[in-house]
Amino acid sequence: MDIILSSISQGLLWSVMAIGVYLTFRILDIADLTAEGSFPLGAAICSITIVSGMSPLIASLLAMVGGMLAGIVSGLLHTKLKIPALLTGILTMTALYSINLRIMGQANVTLLGQETLMRSLQSYGLENRLAVLVVGGIAVGLVILVLYLFFSTEIGLALRSTGDNEDMSEANGVHTDTMKIIGYMMCNGLISLSGALIAQNNGYADISMGIGTIVIGLASVIIGEVIFHNLSFAKRLVTIVIGAIVYRLIIDLVLQLGVEPQDIKLFSAIILAIALSTPLLKKKVKKAKRIVGRELN
Amino acid sequence: MRTREMKKKVIIGLTTVTASLLLVACGNTSETGDSEIENVSIGILQYMEHDSLTRAREGFVSELEEADYIEGENLTINYQNAQGDQANLQSMSESLVGENEVILSIATPAAQSLATVTQEDPILFTAVTDPVDAGLVADNEAPGGNVTGTSDMVPIEEQVALLLSLAQDAETIGIIYNSSEPNSKIQADLAQEAIEAEGLEVKILTVTTTNDVQQVMTTLAQEVDAVYIPTDNTLASTMPTVGEIALEYQLPVVPGSAEMVEAGGLATYGINYEELGRQTAQMALQIIEDGADPAEMPVETSNSLELVINEEVAESLGIDPESIVLPE
Repeated sequence: MDIILSSISQGLLWSVMAIGVYLTFRILDIADLTAEGSFPLGAAICSITIVSGMSPLIASLLAMVGGMLAGIVSGLLHTKLKIPALLTGILTMTALYSINLRIMGQANVTLLGQETLMRSLQSYGLENRLAVLVVGGIAVGLVILVLYLFFSTEIGLALRSTGDNEDMSEANGVHTDTMKIIGYMMCNGLISLSGALIAQNNGYADISMGIGTIVIGLASVIIGEVIFHNLSFAKRLVTIVIGAIVYRLIIDLVLQLGVEPQDIKLFSAIILAIALSTPLLKKKVKKAKRIVGRELN
Repeated sequence: MRTREMKKKVIIGLTTVTASLLLVACGNTSETGDSEIENVSIGILQYMEHDSLTRAREGFVSELEEADYIEGENLTINYQNAQGDQANLQSMSESLVGENEVILSIATPAAQSLATVTQEDPILFTAVTDPVDAGLVADNEAPGGNVTGTSDMVPIEEQVALLLSLAQDAETIGIIYNSSEPNSKIQADLAQEAIEAEGLEVKILTVTTTNDVQQVMTTLAQEVDAVYIPTDNTLASTMPTVGEIALEYQLPVVPGSAEMVEAGGLATYGINYEELGRQTAQMALQIIEDGADPAEMPVETSNSLELVINEEVAESLGIDPESIVLPE
């Protein structure tokens, strides 16, 4: 039970990042590597702001704004300088490494003993894990609500149509470049916000936090899509949250199984591969059943 | 079974599942009394697979063994290694909390994660350079919380003095390290102070991955007369490259650790991580056997420093290995 609660609470914090990854995935049809830089960027801005005595809420929002700026940079590189999306991500991520170090002034900033969102809830008598659960729940709820409302507006619809069919949208008078920049901006804002939340949860911001972010994000998205397919936009966002929680649960179960520490990454990969190949297996089973059925008749 | 007189104080009421399986007819009450060594559970959380960190862990376990805590008999070790994946540190920390008499954390992020998850269980750290800066203790003399341990702060001033004694005519000293390792920056800053205090110039260049080392070290080598390197993981793994470039330019290199000397440095006065782990185990025994409180146990630095010389490198530089001694 403990492990499930722990996975859910951490999964919620990661899911904010996964939603960001999903949106770039939808709008640009590519995994935007900017994530690996904007995630620690959020952690860096948030930790430095908290250490300098500001409220954790303001710190988290500032982190989100920082991520948006990083997204705008990626968006401009991609649309105005016509740099391919994959390279754009790599460029921004590389640049952000130095910027994050500049912001933090060192490679690791501790938040132990500082006021964080989770700790301010604990002062109301909430137990630590419950506090994480509440913070994560509120953050994810707000993000999904805002996105849902935004994607019903005219800009939001134009953004989605850009992702679905760029040429067609352009022909209908949508400024696809602007839409892409807005997309990059929103996604990296979310990813940075997630970085800020994770840093507060872990008790430190570290320059190496971003490594593997994109994998966690994509895994969450794909698991969400594997479990439930063909859904409307709002429901899809919810499935990504579930995907992020399931991913965390898978990893945590592997850790609990008493696997030799050096084999953990191997096991994580195997279990993930199994999870990701289920749709194909399902199809094959169905097909086999049909064939068997025909032969029997 | 060896018997020992033990003054067992009440350890915070911990009953572990594993302990209850292994204990034979030994009520799980935390009453005081003289008995054989009861089953003890110790958690270990290591941040990554790394030579120094692993040596520290092995030293810790061997020292416990010498104190008659044998793994599998009366000692359960719950060992987790995050393989450098910070997303896993949090889950691993949570799984270790509440199950162990003492939890050992190896390297800064591991210690920070544990300290975030529990404010009750006694936590020991090792291989953390600056516990105050990392937010683990309020003060090195009086930690004040549930966390204390051993710092791997190297004797920078002695190391710099050693370097200057090996490069008498040097005017500019180079420092190279990975800017993403918190411990390295702390050490580099201290080294810079120590060198500048001697009236010499300092030139610092940083790398971010092992791929940068060759280029950056070559650039540095052209501009300086000797090189100091902190106990940096990235530089530690590329010491052979660094050593080659240093020989090419005939530069003495004093790195932070003995392992780095063996891999291509000239000499150092440094820490033995296995001994540091043993020292940490002594602190663990104080907690387990005497009920010592981490809040009141000062952070310790390494008791056993040693002068290590790479004779091959010394001869290539035309320095007689016998002549290398610690400056007064």
